[in-house]
Amino acid sequence: MFIHLLAFEEGIHLNSTITVENVNKSFGKKAVLNDVSLTIEKGQLYGLIGPSGAGKTTLVKMIVGMEKADSGLIHVLNETMPNLDILQEIGYMAQSDALYVELTGEENLKFFASLFRLNKEEQKRRIAYASDLVNLRDDLKKRVSAYSGGMKRRLSLAIALIQDPKLLILDEPTVGIDPELKLSIWGELLRLKNEEGKTIIVTTHVMDEAERCDVVAMVRDGRILASGTPSELKDLYSAGSLDEVFLKAGVKQHENLSLN
Amino acid sequence: MRISALIKRIARQLLRDKRTLGLMFVAPLLILTLMYFLFNGNTVDSKLGVTGMDDSLVTGFEKAAIQVKEYDSASKSTVVDDELDGLLKKDAGSGKMTLILRNDDPSRAKALQMKINQVIAAQAQAKLIQHRPELAGMTTGAIDTNYVYGDKDTVFFDVLSPILVGFFVFFFVFIISGIGLLRERTTGTLERLMSTPIRRWEIVTAYLAGYGIFAVIQTIIVVVFAITVLDIVMAGSILHVILINLLLALVALSLGILLSSFAASEFQMMQFIPIAVVPQVFFAGIFPLEGMAGWLQAAAKIMPMYYAGDALKGVMYQGAGLSEISGDLIALVIFAVIFIVLNILALKKYRTL
Repeated sequence: MFIHLLAFEEGIHLNSTITVENVNKSFGKKAVLNDVSLTIEKGQLYGLIGPSGAGKTTLVKMIVGMEKADSGLIHVLNETMPNLDILQEIGYMAQSDALYVELTGEENLKFFASLFRLNKEEQKRRIAYASDLVNLRDDLKKRVSAYSGGMKRRLSLAIALIQDPKLLILDEPTVGIDPELKLSIWGELLRLKNEEGKTIIVTTHVMDEAERCDVVAMVRDGRILASGTPSELKDLYSAGSLDEVFLKAGVKQHENLSLN
Repeated sequence: MRISALIKRIARQLLRDKRTLGLMFVAPLLILTLMYFLFNGNTVDSKLGVTGMDDSLVTGFEKAAIQVKEYDSASKSTVVDDELDGLLKKDAGSGKMTLILRNDDPSRAKALQMKINQVIAAQAQAKLIQHRPELAGMTTGAIDTNYVYGDKDTVFFDVLSPILVGFFVFFFVFIISGIGLLRERTTGTLERLMSTPIRRWEIVTAYLAGYGIFAVIQTIIVVVFAITVLDIVMAGSILHVILINLLLALVALSLGILLSSFAASEFQMMQFIPIAVVPQVFFAGIFPLEGMAGWLQAAAKIMPMYYAGDALKGVMYQGAGLSEISGDLIALVIFAVIFIVLNILALKKYRTL
């Protein structure tokens, strides 16, 4: 029986890139995540949608291993997190542009490339690739302090891609970016998923971005209200848009809570 | 490789920040030079007003480098009006002398009072010998003076400067490294670092090495400047001075980055100066420890600057060798190790691994 169960769990992990099981987290008395479970398959573009303060950032930080769950288990690529070796396979883009503004764009990329132990040759290749991808090649020699907000965001994305990770975790990648660039970033994310088979997690509070995800999880007050493909969710709640789904799911949650 | 990448980045950031570089390398020279001139200034002769004084005494005062001004009558107001340091009155009838001191600068007043007493005593002695010549042998002739440390030309600044050299390293390294890591915290780059496979000890090591290099350069500049330009006594080996300062810099670095985790902004980092830095000065050896209350002496023992000041003074002024300062060096190493371990633990806030 026991062996059987183990094999069963192995089976789950082998097919999925990320599993989060019954995770709880609170800062002081405030509960931030409440019994969160989710599974993300390889090659999926997974959207975490919810208002600010819903717990999205805490959840992705836990998947990266920067926060520790109070209880529950997180596996990434079949390893229990936190795990230093797995970080080599995760490209993380934080909500704020964490860049060294005294350095040039190229120096920022080089610095992070060395942290991932890329050799000189690989560094060159990946820097060229990543900077081309976010359209920053001509601005690489400029200091980041001279970059515009959008350029900084793009550089952050390039850094997240620098070590060619299997898994991309992007925390609100399109905040403060003009519509044109937003479109091109989303185009690139879809290409990375389709052509390179990367697994991508994106947090956002914009519903039209959610529509582009394969699977969407709606997060509010530290709980996952609902999850599924955008069309599944719309059918389930018989709603015309994800906005509506979100509202209806929220109402349902309140009803459940008051019933309890 | 990760460590060297971090060190390279820290060096690059510092080199591009010209003002911080200036603060680190030029400001200590400026302060040191200023203090050198302040402590080596020529003393101005005291001005003494006298009434009804014998000529012999007046010449005696003048020989003792006191400017004498004779008055027929004078009072306290004369002292203020004529900016005298003191007024010596001799009552014509009783021969009793009264000294009025301006005492706006107590140490100057005390020195004048002492000089006057000496001159009067010497004169009384001379008179006594005239009466009884057989006493002449008992008077003090010229005494040959020998010095264990320094010579007759050494001044307070020579003792002070080794401590200052150490203090500059401590202060600037503390501030610059503390704010350096603080900025990594506030801009989110530290968190960003923690999402890469870098280890916590690698970050701490790189910070120590990166800023340590600048601390060594600073030490060399300051010490060479002090010895060659300001002609400060350097009895021991400059290599030992660099070694002491390197250890002190490690302590300052690790303390700076440790305290930066308790500061939310640069301004809050500055608030650590009166708490963590200024008290160190009092125990660095500028004020003699022996005279302090017992609990103060105990407090001195937990100040890194106490050991660094003792070692620096030992090497630069007294010419001490490595064995004589080994106790101080070990104490500094212990401080550094404690702070470094605490730093590695403090980074757990960002990632438990």
